[in-house]
Amino acid sequence: MLGRAPVLAYPGRTMTAPTAPPSQAERPPAPGRPERERLSVVGVIGELLILAGALLALFVLWQLFYTDVQGERAQREVVESLDWVEPDVVDGIQAGGQDGPATIPAELQFTDVDPPAMDYPDFTETFATMMVPRWGEDYIKPVSEGVTRADVLDPLGIGHYPDTALPGEVGNFAISGHRTTYGKPFADVSDLKVGDSLIIQTEDAWFVYSVEEWEIVRPTDVEVIAPDPYAPGEAPTERMITLTTCHPKFSAAERWIVHGSLDYWAPTGNGVPEELLEVPS
Amino acid sequence: MISTRIWNALPGPALVRLLILLIVVAAVVLVLFEYVFPWISEYLALQETTVEET
Repeated sequence: MLGRAPVLAYPGRTMTAPTAPPSQAERPPAPGRPERERLSVVGVIGELLILAGALLALFVLWQLFYTDVQGERAQREVVESLDWVEPDVVDGIQAGGQDGPATIPAELQFTDVDPPAMDYPDFTETFATMMVPRWGEDYIKPVSEGVTRADVLDPLGIGHYPDTALPGEVGNFAISGHRTTYGKPFADVSDLKVGDSLIIQTEDAWFVYSVEEWEIVRPTDVEVIAPDPYAPGEAPTERMITLTTCHPKFSAAERWIVHGSLDYWAPTGNGVPEELLEVPS
Repeated sequence: MISTRIWNALPGPALVRLLILLIVVAAVVLVLFEYVFPWISEYLALQETTVEET
């Protein structure tokens, strides 16, 4: 490895770069060589340092680029494998298209009734998709149960905090995702503005939330995912959504938090929410 | 030097040696990317996104 640097083995004898034609005078044929050159301690340490540098550079390449490639592909495949997700939603709906999909009529938009009950998902089960028009018309990511990195956040993207509310329930539907690397589902979290739609779809229903506020907190501030994040410890009265991701980018020093509340939910099979077709300005 | 010894230990002309080296390096990178680095990153708290009690 790394045999390209010219190496001084003995004074007055230079090993040439490996791609150069071997010189008979300087280097006898490998088999039957009478003696091997001595290893110099400094030389070996130097070579090991070069190797360590190459490994570190490889790690950075892997973390910054390869995990994104892998994560985006894997999360796309998960979304495409969900048979209840409509294909034109997966492909990204062209806003303002002449024959776009039907939108959900107002009489099917519910605000104060509970959505259809769903079984609590198993750990790592993908039970919902998330769409955010602010993040692009083709933004659709799977939402899976659990927030451990190795099982959920790294391979599957967005994770749901266990024992927080399910979509549309009174309480706090709390989810987490990477802001950098691993497909970075929450890459553009800082672009969200008050009123932006956060759209969740499950097998049975659409849930349209809108952003209310954002804050930056310490990693230990768990009250942001409390059932009522505005009044931790009290019984929830609102149907909330909370996003957590890292802050600043490429750091784990703080957390970027977005809170939103439910505008309405609607049963699936009656078109898509009109908010999905709106490209925010 | 280690690199010199490796080079000398490889069989064949320079082009073949280079090819062998490239294949070995590619295999090492694959193992690192698929197994070693994901395992290491578990222990580097650089990418945490969740809030939790300590």
